[in-house]
Amino acid sequence: MILVVCEFDTKLKKSALEVLGAAQRLNDGITAVLLGAGASAVAPEAALYADQVLVCEDALLEGAKNMAQAVADLSEQAEANLVLISGSRGGREVAPRVAVRLNAPYLEDAIALEGIEGGLRIQHYAYLARVTETLEAVAPVVVATVKPNTQAVGSPKANAGDVYDVELELSPSGVKVLGRVVEKSSRVALTEASVVVTGGRGLGAPENFALIESLADVLGAGVGATRAAVDAGWRPYGEQVGQTGKTVQPNAYIAVGVSGAVQHLSGMGKSKNIVAINKDAEAPIFKVADYGIVGDLHAIMPALIEAAKKLKD
Amino acid sequence: MKILCLIRQVPDAEAKVKAANGKVDLEGATMALDGMDEYGVEQALRINEGGANTVAVALGNARFEDAIRRALAMGLERAVHIETDLLLDVVSQAQILKGIVLEETPDLVFVGGQHADTDSQALGAALAEALGWNQVTWTTELTFDHGTAKATHDTDDGKESLELSLPAVITTQQGLNEPRYPTLPNIMKAKKKEIRKTSPDQYGIVNSKVKIVSQEIQERARLNKLIDGKDPVAAAEQLVKLLHEEAKVI
Repeated sequence: MILVVCEFDTKLKKSALEVLGAAQRLNDGITAVLLGAGASAVAPEAALYADQVLVCEDALLEGAKNMAQAVADLSEQAEANLVLISGSRGGREVAPRVAVRLNAPYLEDAIALEGIEGGLRIQHYAYLARVTETLEAVAPVVVATVKPNTQAVGSPKANAGDVYDVELELSPSGVKVLGRVVEKSSRVALTEASVVVTGGRGLGAPENFALIESLADVLGAGVGATRAAVDAGWRPYGEQVGQTGKTVQPNAYIAVGVSGAVQHLSGMGKSKNIVAINKDAEAPIFKVADYGIVGDLHAIMPALIEAAKKLKD
Repeated sequence: MKILCLIRQVPDAEAKVKAANGKVDLEGATMALDGMDEYGVEQALRINEGGANTVAVALGNARFEDAIRRALAMGLERAVHIETDLLLDVVSQAQILKGIVLEETPDLVFVGGQHADTDSQALGAALAEALGWNQVTWTTELTFDHGTAKATHDTDDGKESLELSLPAVITTQQGLNEPRYPTLPNIMKAKKKEIRKTSPDQYGIVNSKVKIVSQEIQERARLNKLIDGKDPVAAAEQLVKLLHEEAKVI
């Protein structure tokens, strides 16, 4: 039995559909788990992908500690031999705690999963995404996270699974949430965009990001920023691509005024096509670029926006 | 307040990583204190000025001593080195480090948000669970008031401010502070600071729960078609044509 922890808001998040897809391909029974406020409303959708759905809306289901306790307890109840969780930031702060509670091996941020006798084999990136590692673990129960945007979403079944409300014995975690800020963008989500235009420090000033946004608007692209541009306060953290930001692998990644530090490459190096615009021909970004223009971005970007507009018209 | 900083020695971010026969080869690679861990060391030194009651803890091979000396040169008071050539899974690491925490009884443990060798974000959370403590991951702001911590951290879609009691595990990242460079006198002083050595078997761990089957470097061949931008309009039109007709991505 595979226990799948599903992320949701008013419906299943794409990450949940991806993890359910990965679970379906492992060809075992699936127990979907929905934890937190609003879980019941999402249960009928989850039931289309699972043999059974466990739902709990306990108000104490908040924070990594209590979420991990809930997942570990339900894993034991469902006699799961595999617990799958999204490799989102939130998933990756809960999953290790689940593994410790179950004294289980933890396989992190899988890009590929394969069942083996008594366990699981995965591939994941290491060394700032410069190395692909194959790992395996054999144990009564294994915990794994699945890297977002690497798995085809699951297929709904004709026969929905059963939904059960479950009770958990939780105590207050001792963490109080004082406030939350959700960064909303009117553009396509960075991690789901087929084209991403990213600006770096080479833009020279925050107002020059207008060039990035204009090109993104013409191409229907997502907007990204380097750590340097975010650190300088030019752009919100939610746009950051790299080791400490988001990982993207669009069809085309257009890096403008980006030098190409390895921490940045680890977040976009798997893009299908990399395009670089930089005045420094020696910039490391050109070494990984499929296409590029060596020149002054302040002259090239307006021309590029015009050329792209012409194409789209 | 007593503070532990977990630190690691990793390949320098700019160093070329090599692999041979399905295994990463770090022989001859430039190694350094993980940049993510430096934020924790710096934060510890800002909380306890002068470095009193701050301890570096490292779990890894003999080469980790360089990272330990660096953290001591930044200003931490002393260090514990659990020396081993074993590459241990994160749950086993957490079990060993729990033992060290129970010996040292800190109020706060700093851990780097993501390790530059395993690309793992798990150690802070795993250690917090082993101890039954709360955690804050990807922390960008941290203050204290009468045994209570207030922290701001990054989430999947924005940020969150939390209040929690100590002890706790805090994972660190850019934005928390600007780590200092060790001064020459402090580098000299660090050579005399105490490093207590121990080993995983002292904490009941003798092998890893996860096996590394292979490590490969898969570099995508890139076309490297570079256009001279002297004539911006011509260059832009050529690029758009390539992306539309050849790459078929716009």
